[in-house]
Amino acid sequence: MPGAQGLLSIDWMVLVIAAWLAIGIGAIFAPRNFPYISRVLYPAGALVGLLLAVAAFAALNQTPETMVLPLGLPDLPFHLRLDSLSALFLMLLGACTAGISIFAAGYLRKAEGTAPGVQCLQYHVFLASMALVLLADDAYAFMVAWESMALSSFFLVTSDHRIPEIRRAGYLYLLIAHVGAISLLLCFGVLQGNGDAGVAGYTFANMRGIDHNAFWSSAAFGLALFGFGAKAGLLPLHVWLPEAHPAAPSPVSAMMSGVMLKTAIYGVLRVGFDLLHHPLWWWGVAVLTLGLVTALFGVIFAAVQSDMKRLLAYSSIENIGLLFVGIGLTLTFQSFGMRALAALALTSVLYHCLNHAAFKSLLFLVTGSVLHATQTRNLGKLGGLIHYMPWVAWLGLLGVLSSAGLPPFNGFVSEWLLLQAFLFTPGLPHGYINMMIPVAAAAVALTAALAGYVMVKFFAVIFLGQPREAKLNQAHDAGRLERSGLVWLAALCVALGLFPVFVIEKLDSVTRLLLGTGIYQAAGEAARAHGWMYLAPISPDRASYAPVVFLLSILVIVAAAYLIVRRFWHIRVRITGAWDCGFPMQTARMQDTAEGFGQPLRQVFEPFYRMTRELPSSFDKAPVYRVVVEDHLWYWLYLPVAKVTEFGARMVAFLQQGRISIYLLYSFVTLVVLLFLIHG
Amino acid sequence: MSTGLHLDLPFYAQVINLLAAMLLLLSFAMLAQRRILSLINLFMAQGVVLFASTAVVAAATNQHHLYWSALITLVLKVFLLPWILHRLIRRLNVKWDIETLINIPTTMMIGLVLVIFSFNLALPISALAGTITRSTLGIAMAAVMLAFLMMITRSKAVPQVIGFLAMENGLFFAATSATYGMPMVVELGIALDVLVGMVILGVFFFQIREQFDSLDIRHMEKLKDD
Amino acid sequence: MNTAFSVILQFLELVTALLAAPLLTGWVNQCRAWLGNRTAPPLFQFYRQLAKLFEKEVVLAANASSLFRAAPYFIFACMALASMIVPTLSTEPPFGPAADAIALVGIFALARVFSALAGMDIGTSFGTLGARREMLIGFLAEPALLMVFFTASLISQSTSLSTIVQALGQREFAIYPSLAFAGVAFTMVSLAENARIPVDNPTTHLELTMIHEAMILEYSGRHLALIEWAATLKLYAYSCLGLALFFPWGIPEGTGFANLLVALPALVFKLAVGGFLLALIETVSAKLRIFRAPEFLGTAFMLAVLAMLVHLLLETAK
Repeated sequence: MPGAQGLLSIDWMVLVIAAWLAIGIGAIFAPRNFPYISRVLYPAGALVGLLLAVAAFAALNQTPETMVLPLGLPDLPFHLRLDSLSALFLMLLGACTAGISIFAAGYLRKAEGTAPGVQCLQYHVFLASMALVLLADDAYAFMVAWESMALSSFFLVTSDHRIPEIRRAGYLYLLIAHVGAISLLLCFGVLQGNGDAGVAGYTFANMRGIDHNAFWSSAAFGLALFGFGAKAGLLPLHVWLPEAHPAAPSPVSAMMSGVMLKTAIYGVLRVGFDLLHHPLWWWGVAVLTLGLVTALFGVIFAAVQSDMKRLLAYSSIENIGLLFVGIGLTLTFQSFGMRALAALALTSVLYHCLNHAAFKSLLFLVTGSVLHATQTRNLGKLGGLIHYMPWVAWLGLLGVLSSAGLPPFNGFVSEWLLLQAFLFTPGLPHGYINMMIPVAAAAVALTAALAGYVMVKFFAVIFLGQPREAKLNQAHDAGRLERSGLVWLAALCVALGLFPVFVIEKLDSVTRLLLGTGIYQAAGEAARAHGWMYLAPISPDRASYAPVVFLLSILVIVAAAYLIVRRFWHIRVRITGAWDCGFPMQTARMQDTAEGFGQPLRQVFEPFYRMTRELPSSFDKAPVYRVVVEDHLWYWLYLPVAKVTEFGARMVAFLQQGRISIYLLYSFVTLVVLLFLIHG
Repeated sequence: MSTGLHLDLPFYAQVINLLAAMLLLLSFAMLAQRRILSLINLFMAQGVVLFASTAVVAAATNQHHLYWSALITLVLKVFLLPWILHRLIRRLNVKWDIETLINIPTTMMIGLVLVIFSFNLALPISALAGTITRSTLGIAMAAVMLAFLMMITRSKAVPQVIGFLAMENGLFFAATSATYGMPMVVELGIALDVLVGMVILGVFFFQIREQFDSLDIRHMEKLKDD
Repeated sequence: MNTAFSVILQFLELVTALLAAPLLTGWVNQCRAWLGNRTAPPLFQFYRQLAKLFEKEVVLAANASSLFRAAPYFIFACMALASMIVPTLSTEPPFGPAADAIALVGIFALARVFSALAGMDIGTSFGTLGARREMLIGFLAEPALLMVFFTASLISQSTSLSTIVQALGQREFAIYPSLAFAGVAFTMVSLAENARIPVDNPTTHLELTMIHEAMILEYSGRHLALIEWAATLKLYAYSCLGLALFFPWGIPEGTGFANLLVALPALVFKLAVGGFLLALIETVSAKLRIFRAPEFLGTAFMLAVLAMLVHLLLETAK
């Protein structure tokens, strides 16, 4: 379907990228003109995002379109390609941008480090580079876009660069992003084969054509997993997430967590299923295991956080883990030729990408509003905000319920699909894998249940109870622009939760592209027997779920109960103080703090944490209790690596003598040695 | 309707499968149990399961010597050994909770891994075996390993002995389920061994306690220095 | 199948659940009293209690939010919906396709989250304590319950509750060892989820041992009535679920008044026996310390996982 004015879909995508870049450049000319930037440019960016979402949605079912941009180096132009996979992720990018940019328009304030105009440029370059990553069809364009994405997001993370912790967080992020990028570069190097194709070897079209042997394809996949895992926050490369998210301004956190992490998922899917053709079963098992460990780790750490954005960052790690579990399952099924099941697992992954993008962006934006209203991210200083910020609280509740994977909201749909994929695993031709599947399913179920715990903690400590600080009663609700961003994302959560059948039908084209079959294609008419209300991916006899019926029946029962109580009895209310078992002296400090609420999990999962406690003695007049929960991996992996690197650097520093003649000597010796080698 | 149903198995094989599952269940219950008294009762229940399974195998395959071993199991493992153990703990006065070296959930998690391991280990063997109860071999192996795990994770002497006896139960179950029992002589010999072993260990308990004033075998670590 | 009739049947199931649930709780309380050698309260005591609570006015804490006031209705609706989905009188409730076993777990989780949030809303020490403990119980009970369903699903190759019950109930006689594990795990989970004795004590108001009661301490009047009613519905739903999974005999496949005449007495009989057994378990066991509860539920979780493994080993045709 060509768009209006005879433009192809891919032309629209390129126009969108150009428009975002133009908006960014537009901001440079008036970097201090705050109303112009916040009231014109950001909403314009949001509008462009909406346009992108619509165009990408229209392109979902189309045959792939390609394009060569006359950019880049001589003989090395940018190749672009728009297929269903790109279109899906572009749709995600556009839809999230629409919400986040509108929110940002109302959220960003003048006095925050980087000048608003420069920040606006960085933000829009970030958006454009993400879109380019998703469109790139050769390694060169991909890496250029990937690196500009990393750099622009680095600058955004360090917006408040006057604070040393933020600079440190940004540094860590940049470091891990680049370690990952190197791995990706090597991966593309492996993928392009023996170099017969010359410069053209770096196009994805060429890489698709090459049939690598088991060793090289495993090497390429391993490198891709490492590279994209570093961006996604896969264990053990997750450490930057809990540092960078609290540092970044909230819309940027939302964008990074909701969308940027998904580009890594996109990359794994692109390399694992599109560029490589024959997955080996142990890739699947490895990815599955890594995913499970990441998911459990993320959620266990999320439970003990007391900074609301760190909590969400760990929750993102958990969700990334679940996505990788789904990818691992898909790879395993695909390697054994079970396409219908692979399609089911992949559908759950794609659906969860959409879900996570919607609810995590929403929750990060909610923290942003709370942060502006209260000036603190510390859960121990919040509480009772539902009375002062009803809009944010109720929309946040939607995000929380979605994130906790509760029906009838969206998180539940993908969890449901994933569990179905686990459940209908018929005998895999391998004993250990066969028995690992139930254990993995159990771990997924445990993660999902723990996510509920975490989300209750997040919401209850921020919004419910009594305000833990006196100044909280001056908190104000979000403004109109912020609110509309929140409403848009919450609406996405609800829509994805209530109408999964529409979305999954659309996802079929992506699974067809990657696996050769889609769940609707596999199940045939049986899946559609109950119409749009019933989600029945295999057949209604086996499993079905109807969120709309579900929600309606709950609402009907609620309404009936209310009306009956009102009709037969009364709805009188007497307002007094809280009872609390007759305890007379209640203060806000007697509620559970964030630490208190997480304490049972800290006890149950004690071996996972590296805890340092400061307990007051019983005679202490001003007792202070402090507990610091850290990550073992810092001490087991990162510090040793850092030490080795430092040691190596000190060795190399020996070469640095400070005299020009010695440096010239180095050059000379190198030249001589090289000449000798060439000659030999 | 589905591949999961297995209606083709004869009835007694299903009963043996059920009993095998119960044996495993009891092994796990022992792993999770802190009280010595309950541990002995669980051991007794294992004896009952063993007795029942041996009797069923005997009835199904019409092998008379198995009736005898069922009877021996009943007398030895349901009545005699639990009775001795009960007497022992009353004399030693050690009814209190046992502290485990690793906490219970972790132990169970390791147990789960062991079960997966032994199930997979048994798969090729059971595929070769021609007996009706071949799939129970994996469970028997799992029961042995779980008993072993229990011995490792307990620091008191009495639970360790119970673990040892439970291990013998697993072996015995493997023998009946995989090969329809051992020759009578061997079986009698083992029964006697177990009994004698029990008595000797009983004597040891008193000795250990006299020496260290406790049945905590971690005290034995001190012997190393001598 | 006659649609109108099945809708009537569904409605009948709901009404049965709403009426029978307090009766079941009353019966369990009676059995507990008898076993403890006390004079038992009348069987219909719980109705009187509900009527009394509905009659009373609501005493609300000043800083209660609207979430606090809405939660009882939602909790009640979740539990009513749950008892509609569980096959009790027929294996083909029209609501069956709306939610399968996984969604049923989701409903219980939704209700739990609402009650925990409501418990945190007033911001009292006991409320937050109860909410925290409830979530602690929940995060292990939920996956364990899910694994129990998975075992049944693996046997019947379906997560749809009606298909599961049909497959288990209308089969030829066959023994599923895995169901023994699942049954034990399910019993443990039900005890924990329904605030029963080894984990929680439904009758206690001793502050430090409360879990469920601490969470709903601030509720009164009709709100409390709805919550208490929801609790009995939960017990009813769990009981019916256990009966449907492990003793599925007597739930007719088709619909029709003749079938109903068989189904109703069978259900009443099974619930009476089940209730007595529950009271027996509660009487003979002692309450666990709160940090033994995760261990108890962890054991249930492991057993449920084992059930699946046993199924793979013993019950799959090779």
